Amino acid sequence: MRVALFLTCVNDTLYPDTGRAVVKLLTRLGVDVDFPMAQTCCGQAHYNTGYRHEAEPLARHFSDVFAGYEAIVTPSGSCGAMVRELYPRMGERARAEGRGDGLAATLAPVVPKTYELTEFLVDVLGVTDVGAYYPHTVTYHPTCHGLRGLGLADRPFKLLQAVKGLELRELPGADECCGFGGTFALKNSDVSAAMGTDKVRNAESTGAEVLCAADNSCLMHIGGTMTRLSTGMRPVHIAEILASTEEEPSV
Amino acid sequence: MSGGTFVGMPSFPEAAHDAVNNQTLRANLRHATHTIRGKRAKAVAEMSDWAELREAGKRIKDHTLRHLDRYLVQLEESVTAAGGVVHWAVDADEANRIVIDLVRMTGESEVVKVKSMATQEIGLNEALEAEGIAAYETDLAELIVQLGKDRPSHILVPAIHRNRGEIRDIFAREMSEWGRPAPDGLTDTPAELAEAARLHLREKFLRAKVGVSGANFMVAETGTLVVVESEGNGRMCLTLPETLISVVGIEKIVPTWRDLEVFLQTLPRSSTAERMNPYTSTWTGTTGGDGPQTFHLVLIDNGRTDTLADEVGRQALRCIRCSACLNVCPVYERAGGHAYGSVYPGPIGAILSPQLRGTASEIDASLPYASSLCGACYEVCPVAIDIPEVLVHLRERIVEGGPATREGNKVVLKPAKGHAAERAAMRAARWAFGHPGALRTGQRLASRTRRFHPRTLPGPGRAWSDTRDLPAVPAEPFRDWWQRTHGGKDTTK
Repeated sequence: MRVALFLTCVNDTLYPDTGRAVVKLLTRLGVDVDFPMAQTCCGQAHYNTGYRHEAEPLARHFSDVFAGYEAIVTPSGSCGAMVRELYPRMGERARAEGRGDGLAATLAPVVPKTYELTEFLVDVLGVTDVGAYYPHTVTYHPTCHGLRGLGLADRPFKLLQAVKGLELRELPGADECCGFGGTFALKNSDVSAAMGTDKVRNAESTGAEVLCAADNSCLMHIGGTMTRLSTGMRPVHIAEILASTEEEPSV
Repeated sequence: MSGGTFVGMPSFPEAAHDAVNNQTLRANLRHATHTIRGKRAKAVAEMSDWAELREAGKRIKDHTLRHLDRYLVQLEESVTAAGGVVHWAVDADEANRIVIDLVRMTGESEVVKVKSMATQEIGLNEALEAEGIAAYETDLAELIVQLGKDRPSHILVPAIHRNRGEIRDIFAREMSEWGRPAPDGLTDTPAELAEAARLHLREKFLRAKVGVSGANFMVAETGTLVVVESEGNGRMCLTLPETLISVVGIEKIVPTWRDLEVFLQTLPRSSTAERMNPYTSTWTGTTGGDGPQTFHLVLIDNGRTDTLADEVGRQALRCIRCSACLNVCPVYERAGGHAYGSVYPGPIGAILSPQLRGTASEIDASLPYASSLCGACYEVCPVAIDIPEVLVHLRERIVEGGPATREGNKVVLKPAKGHAAERAAMRAARWAFGHPGALRTGQRLASRTRRFHPRTLPGPGRAWSDTRDLPAVPAEPFRDWWQRTHGGKDTTK
């Protein structure tokens, strides 16, 4: 199976450890993973801020880069949801604007092949025990686009529960948004920060060392709030936990 | 929508700033929304066919909106045949003028009111007051708002921002000015507060000759109007006065009685988490010797046909005003209802107000951004309004401009002012993302200068760094590591 890693522009630039973890994890599970160097950005920030027409060339570019692979795996619930939920909608809107089926046809091949990492592990590879070892207390925050957009449901929990040494603590108010929301974090920074603080206080109340999520953009907001509030908790992407083994532990 | 109450509202972020920092308000809202949220989830989980009911509600509304012209004519015929008089109002001013004239014709100078969003939308109370007609709100929470010279902050629970102590103080201070004073030594126990309201209102019900209501539904086939409420005050207003004037938005039609079956299940469970609504009043025109002998129906457009003309935005007209979306919204919970600058707060308000009123004012242009797009609203909506989809659609209307319908005319809106820097940044990002080599150069530059990165940002970046640390930029971007270790052929050149 030719699997492409769609790392996302945020992870590529700011969180290369997450990318290395996905490569390590998938390689360990026998997947031949490639990172197409021409990849850039799915266009989510443009689209969600109201710049749909600016997002269109990015979506076309995405399709050009990834259409040849059998599966496209991304460690981001929101970028995954962008491709799966919003690319088809972009095609429909272009059609409604009288621009024909071109965009819809260009984007159609990548839509069903794009998987968020935990979906790919559980649904495509059919594994929940990935042989990971992570001796820490962890609480899991289901990010909104993964939870409600992609419907990841209990997949991340199944994967975390199978990790040796990991103690999972339930997060109060888990399904409430952390307040990141892309440009929302800047445009409505007071409300965003208040939501972030509440999320961090809930995470702290679990007594866990680590707050885990499947999306680094939310973790950037939560983690930035954590250090500002001096909580001592760490934000960690689920890929880094699943990649960790007794021989090569990650922190 | 020219209600007048909200003219000159600041933008949403500005209005939310104070609410976020008001600890009493935050606690009141948190307690109330979380309580209703939990109860609703339980009431909905009891229904094995909830998904089917939701889909049926959506379809009935979509069908009715698709054929609204036909159903409106049918409704007018049915209401007229049943002894009512139908009036048409294109906007708030016209609707207010009609109601004022109708009240004047009765010779009365006061009316009792059933809780109604439509009359708040058009600013009817203020319009009546300006003509020397007193309008008494009879819903408990609306009474609290009216006595407190306050504004509603929630569709269903308009005084949600008040706690019991505050309500006691309002009653003790204000009731005497409007009618029967509050009993001496009134405490903040719910039973005593309810009794004080009951005594105060009873006097009004028994005296009033004119009632004013809205309606939750209008049945086209019979001309029947339906009001769904839980206190019984509505039943009093709808039956005791001699004249009843109902002011209703044109989108409130359902074709047949049978369609009510769906909404009378989904509305109570979504709004108050009740299995069945306590007081469901229905009336069809007039009946000799029983109830109001004169009935007027004022149908208002006020931006609704403009909204209907937009193929993405029109789904907002499915709304049955249950307010489930407010109760689950993390932004509403922290910003409070007043920040939305409209009688329609919360997620539904954020998509309804900029469509009914247009996006020209500061508040209306900021409302589509009052959301993190978390999707909790869409999940609970009993008529499946994809609120995030409409929010993004309206953001596009603001930053890109484009076709819209205003006052029945097709117009092409210009992009809103104040987004020039953002637009330039988005274009630059689009260009860089279209050129992987440029992206890579930028990433490398960020990595190599990382020792010199400030901990806080200047200018607009402060919106981030005032409350959150910045992520540390890594020594090298992933793509450089990949190329170094996997020797991937560089397809960026």
